[in-house]
Formats: sequence, C-alpha cells, structure tokens
Amino acid sequence: MSVYQRPIHLLWWLERRAYVLFVLRELSSVFVAWFVVFLLLLVNAISDGAASYQRFVDWSGQWWVVAINVIAMVFVLLHVVTWFGLAPRAMAIKVRGRRVPARQVVAAHYLAWLVLSAVVAWLVLR
Amino acid sequence: MATETTLEITLEVARYRPGVDTEPTLQSYQVPLREHWAILDGLTYVKDHLDGTLSFRWSCRMGICGSCGMTVNGEPQLSCATFLTDYAPGPIRVEPLRNFPVVRDLVVDIDDFMTKLPKVTPWLVREVQSPVEDGEYLQTPEELDEYQQYSMCINCMLCYSACPVYSLEPDFLGPAAIALAQRYNLDSRDEGADERRDVLSSPEGIWACTFVGECSAVCPKGVDPAGAIQRYKLTAATESIKELLMPRSRSRR
Ligand code: SF4
Ligand code: FES
Repeated sequence: MSVYQRPIHLLWWLERRAYVLFVLRELSSVFVAWFVVFLLLLVNAISDGAASYQRFVDWSGQWWVVAINVIAMVFVLLHVVTWFGLAPRAMAIKVRGRRVPARQVVAAHYLAWLVLSAVVAWLVLR
Repeated sequence: MATETTLEITLEVARYRPGVDTEPTLQSYQVPLREHWAILDGLTYVKDHLDGTLSFRWSCRMGICGSCGMTVNGEPQLSCATFLTDYAPGPIRVEPLRNFPVVRDLVVDIDDFMTKLPKVTPWLVREVQSPVEDGEYLQTPEELDEYQQYSMCINCMLCYSACPVYSLEPDFLGPAAIALAQRYNLDSRDEGADERRDVLSSPEGIWACTFVGECSAVCPKGVDPAGAIQRYKLTAATESIKELLMPRSRSRR
C-alpha cells in the first residue's frame, strides 16, 4: 500500500508559537552551560590570587562578554520561567485531601527562588 | 419575493489518491455555511452532493468516538466539534492529521499507536483476581478523582499530531499512551504499576518528552497528557532514587 508521509521541514518549528518557544527553551540549555563555565572560570581566577581575579574582571568587562552574558541571562530567565510553569503539571501535591492549586505551586517555586537568591546575596555582600 | 441566498464557505480539502498521486493536492468545494454545521457536516455535504470520491473517517458525530481528527487551518481538531461559522468567511483548509501516514485523502494510518498502546498494559492488573462472589472492588470518589481525567481519552490522536517529538522520533510512545498508562497506575484497584514501569521509563517513554505541551493544548477532552508525562517523570525519578537507596523494595507506584 502506498501511503504519503509528510516530509519534515528544516523550519518545522516556526509552524506554531509553542514550537518556537520549545526550541528556544531547548536552546537555553546552551546558555545555562555557559553560565556554569563562566562561574568555574571565576572561581578559578579567584583561587589564583588578586592579580588573576583583576584580569578576569577586566576580561568580563569587555563589551562582547557583557553582551553574551546579557543574552545568556535572557535565555536562563526563559528557562526558569518555563520550568517553574511546568512544576504544577508534574507535582500533584495534596494537603488535607485536596490538590494544591497550580498557582500556589508556582508561587512556592518563585518564593523559594527569592529566598535562595536573598541568602546568596547576603553571603556575598555581607 | 426576495431571492433566497445561501451563504457559502469554501473548503480546501487535501486529496491524495494512493498509487496515483505522489503528494496531496488541495481541492476546493463550496458548501453551505449553516450555523450548526461542523467541518464534518461540510465534508459530508461534499461527499453526498459534490464528490463521492472524497474519503474521511467519522462515526459518532458528537466528540466521543475519536475517529474524525483532522488538521483544520493548521490545527489538529475533531472535525465534528469544529464549526464552519468559526472560520467564516473562510476558506477553510482541511488536511489529514499530521505525523501519520496518509492512506487516502483525509484518512490516516494509526497502526503505530495501536501497536504501542498494549505495551503499557492499559487495563486493570491484579496480582490475585478475587472471585466474583466477593463482589466489586470498591473505590471512593477521591480515588476515582485520581485518574478520572486520564480515563476521558478517546484515542483521537490529536495529541500525536501536535507533538513535534513524535514527528522527529517516531519510536516515542506518545502522549495518549502514557496518559492511559497513568490512568491505570493511579487507579486504586490496579496493581500493575511495576509492569508498566520498564516501558514507561525507557528512552522511548517519558524521557523522550521535552515538554512542548502542545498535546495538552489540543486535547479535546482535557486529558492533559503533558501533565501525565511530567508527573510520571517525577514518579520514575523518585523510584530510581529509592531503588538506589533500598535496592530490594520495589514499591507500587
Ligand atoms: S489524550 Fe486527548 S488528544 Fe490525545 S488521544 Fe486522548 S483525547 Fe485525543
Ligand atoms: S465523529 Fe466521533 S469524535 Fe468526531
């Protein structure tokens, strides 16, 4: 029996908004990885002493490093927001026999993020 | 006397004749634009009055049987539950469901799903069947609530049609099959979660899903297969951690 198989376009992901978002989120993992590398470089520079730290700071102040980091931050934010949005779908939490509403699960995630960020900020800035 | 004018709308229907055509072509038909007519009524009109060779599937005409799924203006829809007036003034493009081989015109071959479905053991599994005299397996409304949503699936394949992972990785078990596995996993009367686990946790199972979420967006029955998959990911991850810590206890779900 001859059947017709629709070929997959190279630009198939432009077909729907959700596909575009999905591809962007997949792409965001590259930038998450970049931030990890950046952080490791920073730690490495610090452990090598003040001069090396200064060199790292100068290097990261260049326009193109800043540009990469800004783009990376946008992607990481996209990653976080979509990831948190997913959380209530995966977590069916019950409190006293009732399923916790999705919005509360999402809110709890943002709250935890805020608290963790505050702790880190306190550790760094104190 | 005023002449009676019937409003019409154009259906651009994908035609594919196996063995004759190499790919589908669009053919236009004018059908009456009636308020209560669904796309399916338009197609039936074509078949009855304009072109008897047009092939499409349907049965219940009321969103229950799941056989009338088509791509309407690019979106997977039940053609019996999608109304002509919502697309006025048209034209309306009607194509077969994406991601399935087209057998003819709007008819697709869903054998792939039919072979995958039994792999998730979509029925109640009991370790020991109690005799009929013992009566029914009772269930509270809360226990029913756990899985009822997933039991609403009508196998319409709209979710497979919307899933880019399925189109890129045809071995993917797919949204409905996983949601149906969860329908039994979460049923208090079922004891088959272990049996389903290997299939569900395989690379072709839940882990192939990258959470595009379109399956849930297009599902006409509110099944939320994407949610079912994410939930099972969490269950599977918890299970493997437990197994790592306590190798011999394989718990129920
Ligand atoms: S999960 Fe929804 S979209 Fe998928 S087959 Fe079932 S009813 Fe159709
Ligand atoms: S004809 Fe049965 S669901 Fe549309």
